[in-house]
Amino acid sequence: MSNKVIYLDNAATTRVRREVAEAMLPYFTEEYGNASAIYSLAGGAKEALQNGRDIMAGLLGCAGNEIYFTGCGSESDNWALKAAAEAYRAKGNHIITTKIEHHAVLHTCQWLEKQGVEVTYLDVDEQGLVRLEQLKAAIRPTTILISVMFANNEIGTMEPIREIGALAREHGILFHTDAVQAFGQVPIDVDELNIDMLSASAHKLNGPKGVGLLYIRKGVKIRSFMHGGAQERKRRAGTENIPGIVGFGEAAKIAAATMQERAAKETKLRDYLIERVLTEIPYSRLNGCRTKRLPGNANFSFQFVEGESMLIMLDMAGICASSGSACTSGSLDPSHVLLAIGLPHEIAHGSLRLTLSHETTREEIDYTVEQIKEIVAKLRDMSPLYEDFIKGGQERQGGKKNVQ
Amino acid sequence: MYSEKVMDHFQNPRNVGEIENASGMGTVGNAKCGDIMRMYLDIDENQVIREVKFKTFGCGAAVATSSMATELVKGKTVQEAMQITNQAVAEALDGLPPVKMHCSLLAEEAIHAALWDYAQKNHITIEGLSKPKTDIGEEEEDEEY
Repeated sequence: MSNKVIYLDNAATTRVRREVAEAMLPYFTEEYGNASAIYSLAGGAKEALQNGRDIMAGLLGCAGNEIYFTGCGSESDNWALKAAAEAYRAKGNHIITTKIEHHAVLHTCQWLEKQGVEVTYLDVDEQGLVRLEQLKAAIRPTTILISVMFANNEIGTMEPIREIGALAREHGILFHTDAVQAFGQVPIDVDELNIDMLSASAHKLNGPKGVGLLYIRKGVKIRSFMHGGAQERKRRAGTENIPGIVGFGEAAKIAAATMQERAAKETKLRDYLIERVLTEIPYSRLNGCRTKRLPGNANFSFQFVEGESMLIMLDMAGICASSGSACTSGSLDPSHVLLAIGLPHEIAHGSLRLTLSHETTREEIDYTVEQIKEIVAKLRDMSPLYEDFIKGGQERQGGKKNVQ
Repeated sequence: MYSEKVMDHFQNPRNVGEIENASGMGTVGNAKCGDIMRMYLDIDENQVIREVKFKTFGCGAAVATSSMATELVKGKTVQEAMQITNQAVAEALDGLPPVKMHCSLLAEEAIHAALWDYAQKNHITIEGLSKPKTDIGEEEEDEEY
């Protein structure tokens, strides 16, 4: 098994399905026309664009002309937030979001704050769930937008989107959701859930990188964020990425057709993984909600060890995973999500995220658990925190004051 | 991202462990920023470092710099050990990524903290040695977006 890579980082990106790649190919060399052109050579591109839009509309329960293709999920988030703040300025300048959003939302909000927009960052509970009471209390007459992610990218917690949508509707506030992790993994109906705007990205569902979408409900006054040509009904300039959109469409079609079966398989494997890790590795914990959780997500913390060390050792064992450790982010702070659910710094540094796909097998999970057990034991053997813990935490000289 | 030497010292760290009744022991860093290094020194009557062990909680670079630091101080006199800088540790590892340079600083501090403990226990003064800092890296900040 050692010469084959075990890919357990599907929340970061996914492998493009072969049939998706094949569907894209003709649009590079045969149907390469510009979808805005008049001649018949561009007909294929135009048709593919409409087809892609229709597939997305089918998945979300909206109309094709409410789908706007973008360059990535981050662009969709930036567009939704910045344009809403601008368009609804006359109504108010307050946005409500959460402390566990992806940086595409968080950093956009921080930028908006510098432009004079007021932003409330909601806490979450220890499972990563938004408290509806707190959300309700945060609503002001000037609130123009609520942006809460559908599912968290690190800990997999699925937010109470239906309840949040109902609340937003009741108060006449726009509701945007970053569904980059959830789109294609769980059913989403924008009408049923009262979603006004939704961000998604192709490469999280076995589609290509470089293409995303923003769903904008008809009637929502969002202006163009990218100025230029009249593409995407004058709301997003730039020649359409037709091969990307074809790939996104094909990937979404397959994701929709296989959703139930994949979710069932991944949930079962994920639960098996969680069960084994928690029972076989002492001083480990599961981060995120046990039940309201993306099918493929498992996120653990192992006390007394540091995440990057784990990742390097897992890589040497042929396993791709990720961590909320500071060392993997280039900053000295561990994941804002893990801190928001109340983990102390040193436990947040010892986190490990494993995200499964439809290709993940039980054998891979078994091998991975065995490797994690060995690695955690090895790192604890050289950990001064573990040494202190074993010796009963007696006071030692130097550097102890911040060790909790 | 890491040099071969860093990977080697991470995969096969030298001198991991503890020394019972060590001549000097120092712990630096903190769990908040994700790196803690502890160094044990056994120093003979001629002020030569006979034995050295370490334990580290931290990233690959933190483990590798600890390991390299133990190799560099072993067999050296206390005064020679004082000359080992974080640059020397990083260079001995064929360099570190810029974001990991603080790990080498931590290694230098760990040596100093252990020597400080030795000096305190033996009521001696080591030239150039002052009370070690314990919080390293906290002052670093994110870039502006």
